[in-house]
Amino acid sequence: MIGIFSYIVFFATIASILAIAVLGLNLQWGNTGLFNGGVVAFFGAGAYGTLLLGGSPQPDHIAGFELFYPIALIGGMAIAGILAWVVGILTLKMRHDYLAISTFGVAVAFENLMRNAEWLGGGAKGLRGFERPFRESLGDGFLYNSVFLILVLFCLLATYWFLEYLVSSPFGRLLRAIREDENAARSLGKNPAQIRLTAFVCGSVIMGLAGGLYGTFYAFVSPQDVLPTLTFQIWAMLIVGGAGNNKGAVLGAFLIWAAWTFSGWALSRFAPIEAQLYTGSIQYVLIGLVIVTMLLWRPQGLFPERLVVSQSSLR
Amino acid sequence: MPEIALEVSKIFAGYVPDLPILRGVSVKVKSGSLNVVIGPNGAGKSTLIKAIVGLVPVSKGRILLGGKEMGGIKPHLIARHRISYVPQIDNIFRTLTVRQNLELALRSSDRNTNERLTELLIKFPILSEKMKEKAGALSGGQRQFLAVAMALATYPDIILMDEPSAGLAPKAAQEILELLRELSNSGVAILLIEQNVNQALRLADHCYILAEGRNQVDGEASKLLNDPIVGEIYLGGKRLRAGG
Ligand SMILES: Nc1ncnc2c1ncn2[C@@H]1O[C@H](COP(=O)(O)OP(=O)(O)OP(=O)(O)O)[C@@H](O)[C@H]1O
Ligand SMILES: [Mg+2]
Repeated sequence: MIGIFSYIVFFATIASILAIAVLGLNLQWGNTGLFNGGVVAFFGAGAYGTLLLGGSPQPDHIAGFELFYPIALIGGMAIAGILAWVVGILTLKMRHDYLAISTFGVAVAFENLMRNAEWLGGGAKGLRGFERPFRESLGDGFLYNSVFLILVLFCLLATYWFLEYLVSSPFGRLLRAIREDENAARSLGKNPAQIRLTAFVCGSVIMGLAGGLYGTFYAFVSPQDVLPTLTFQIWAMLIVGGAGNNKGAVLGAFLIWAAWTFSGWALSRFAPIEAQLYTGSIQYVLIGLVIVTMLLWRPQGLFPERLVVSQSSLR
Repeated sequence: MPEIALEVSKIFAGYVPDLPILRGVSVKVKSGSLNVVIGPNGAGKSTLIKAIVGLVPVSKGRILLGGKEMGGIKPHLIARHRISYVPQIDNIFRTLTVRQNLELALRSSDRNTNERLTELLIKFPILSEKMKEKAGALSGGQRQFLAVAMALATYPDIILMDEPSAGLAPKAAQEILELLRELSNSGVAILLIEQNVNQALRLADHCYILAEGRNQVDGEASKLLNDPIVGEIYLGGKRLRAGG
């Protein structure tokens, strides 16, 4: 019985962490129209940052400043934000496809940096030396995971409310105006470049939060955690849920993560032995199919942004 | 308020380098005057207005706004010099409500925004009934009124308008033009592009005729109204437009 519960807790923790990242992407893509093809770089910056700042000193790399956990987590978010600021200054002048390609490149560079710079992130072996906060009093088992889930849910709710507030605020209105017509916004004295940069950094800080929580949960992060496939999954979640809608983003995360874990389980259980080797690849094919089907059948997602499709213009 | 709100002298401007669409255009707009720019399709009328607000790069010539040189200044900064621009198309944000559109325009104003919103709604009663509707769901005429209201929000010294009456029923077109006349009487300088030549010339103070990126003729609107040249250059263009 406790087995099922602990599995549900595990599932909900990862799904909620990913939901936070999807919310960050929704601010960038859904609300602002910025195609971030390198989500995993900012997620990874948060994870590596948190563990580096909060972990204990290690002999073979710079890790371990033993900062108080909340400060380490905020530090991880800040590192993600700084990375986004630099990337944003360099790439936000480009539109759509170019932005997607260059951010994708940043993510690949980030993964390679972490894989090769052993002094920085421990190289391919990953970053060790981090101890989960309150482990002494809560242990390593079900209790710890339940308490951690509560922390994650709190972060998810806080992010959700913050973004809901943001999109209904004058800033959110500005984001939509810029997405719709940049020049018209300029003529009203708004500075699209600066507003886009703000949204990009803000979304990336949220992805950094997700990464920080993810790293904390496993008390470990390695280059395997920042592969492009994670970017792909997070995008799938947003597309299925409905870009532009925060509720959709969260539900999309839970749905896709459920589909992902279920397909993994079903494949390992029912697929013929020869196919078992390819479980991972088959899962990616399935996710790809879900995205394509979704884009063909319901491109606005399950919970679309509520916008009127305007009547045909007079001109 | 400066006597000359806008002075454009001999500007060259275009969308791609070394291919100027405007080749030495000059325009002078006095405070409180209504100026109309006419000319055939493709003459460069919209390009002229875009160059003034910085959306099209100017390679030669000078633009003075309220006596200040605007060369090389970014569009969103030019927009803060008490100038409003209403584009030919896409002059409102369709996915925002009417209220949000107005608030977006108001935020660049430093005065009390609620007060201003009330004033605007008194001037444009049709908008007050539609405040919660998405601007994309307005009729063409209502959209133009919204665009004009947004342009007025910040108490500009000068308004540039690109064919505000295009696509409107004659009555609505006349209403818009009369509104602009009233505005200029109250001291705002207006530079207006218009295809309804007869209506516009009756109301305007001064008229510029543009063709092929150059000034052709300019003068007092009432005089040009009865000038055969206007008929020749402009109405010829108009017939073409109606045919195509
Ligand atoms: N975005 C653009 N990129 C490149 N060339 C453009 C662009 N917009 C307009 N042009 C060119 O500039 C020239 C002048 O166009 P402009 O829009 O200023 O004409 P107009 O006088 O406003 O015409 P209309 O009465 O049809 O609105 C045209 O030859 C057009 O092809
Ligand atoms: Mg035009």
